Amino acid sequence: MNIEAIVFYLFSAITIIAAIGVITVKNSVQAVLCLVLTFFSASALWLLLEAEFLAITLVLVYVGAVMVLFLFVVMMLDVDFAALKQGFAKQLPLGLLVGFALFGAVYWVIRSQVFGTDKIPEPAKHEQGYSNVEELGRLLYGEYFYPFEIAGVILLVAIIAAISLTFRGRRERKGQSVREQHRVTKEERLKIVSMDSEEQYADMEITDTKQDEETTL
Amino acid sequence: MSLTHYLTVSAVLFAISVVGIVINRKNVITLLMCIELMLLAVNTNFIAFSRYLDDSVGQVFVFFILTVAAAEAAIGLAILVVLFRTHRAIDVEQLEELKG
Repeated sequence: MNIEAIVFYLFSAITIIAAIGVITVKNSVQAVLCLVLTFFSASALWLLLEAEFLAITLVLVYVGAVMVLFLFVVMMLDVDFAALKQGFAKQLPLGLLVGFALFGAVYWVIRSQVFGTDKIPEPAKHEQGYSNVEELGRLLYGEYFYPFEIAGVILLVAIIAAISLTFRGRRERKGQSVREQHRVTKEERLKIVSMDSEEQYADMEITDTKQDEETTL
Repeated sequence: MSLTHYLTVSAVLFAISVVGIVINRKNVITLLMCIELMLLAVNTNFIAFSRYLDDSVGQVFVFFILTVAAAEAAIGLAILVVLFRTHRAIDVEQLEELKG
């Protein structure tokens, strides 16, 4: 057993055990920490696959930003997490059934000769001067520059959406409140006043028309 | 290490996250974390294929998936915070206002 196999089996075992921890641990803070461990060991697997840039990105972006965000939210919310775990055992048989069925189906595809994944030879290691960052950069800033810019726009949209969703200050803008508009009743807008009809004025109208007729004649 | 090894690991990860979604149907935070696990499994698949087929485009794809997943996590957590402010709870079964 060479060193690569030892590293692979060690980090896959850590990944899988930590992933099981994520879904079974009672305390949500511990679940987030398990997920952090999963990401760390998965990034070690990615290093083994010679994707150095993405492995470091996974640690920096995911562990450094996204999981810290998760931790903030979990610690901020005053939720009784133990109550949320009730009914856990009731769902477990169904969950295991679904999980094993899914894994069986995927494993059948992987192992069998459908795609011939076992026939793909192990590629040669890159030589010492090879730079993964350089190659990815050439692709990202060359061929995939347009999708790269769209990714930036997606991040901008995410920033605006997250801020506007959670913003609690006074909103200094005027706008219609559709809810208020729908709630309006007839009494608020329309006022019916009962009054006598003005007969004198009606007479004047008639005499006017008579005069008009006379003048035309 | 052959390609099958890596694919098996990511298949196990994906199956675990599906099990997590089935058994933790009440807790929205755990559901979000299971989605992150799923994306991790998919990304591992992409990187393994990119290595064994010797094609770096797979890694570019993983880069974009990471971007979108970060955006998704940010917006999902923002919605979660708003939800907790209005309902004082994040139990999925209590969210029954949108009937349909």
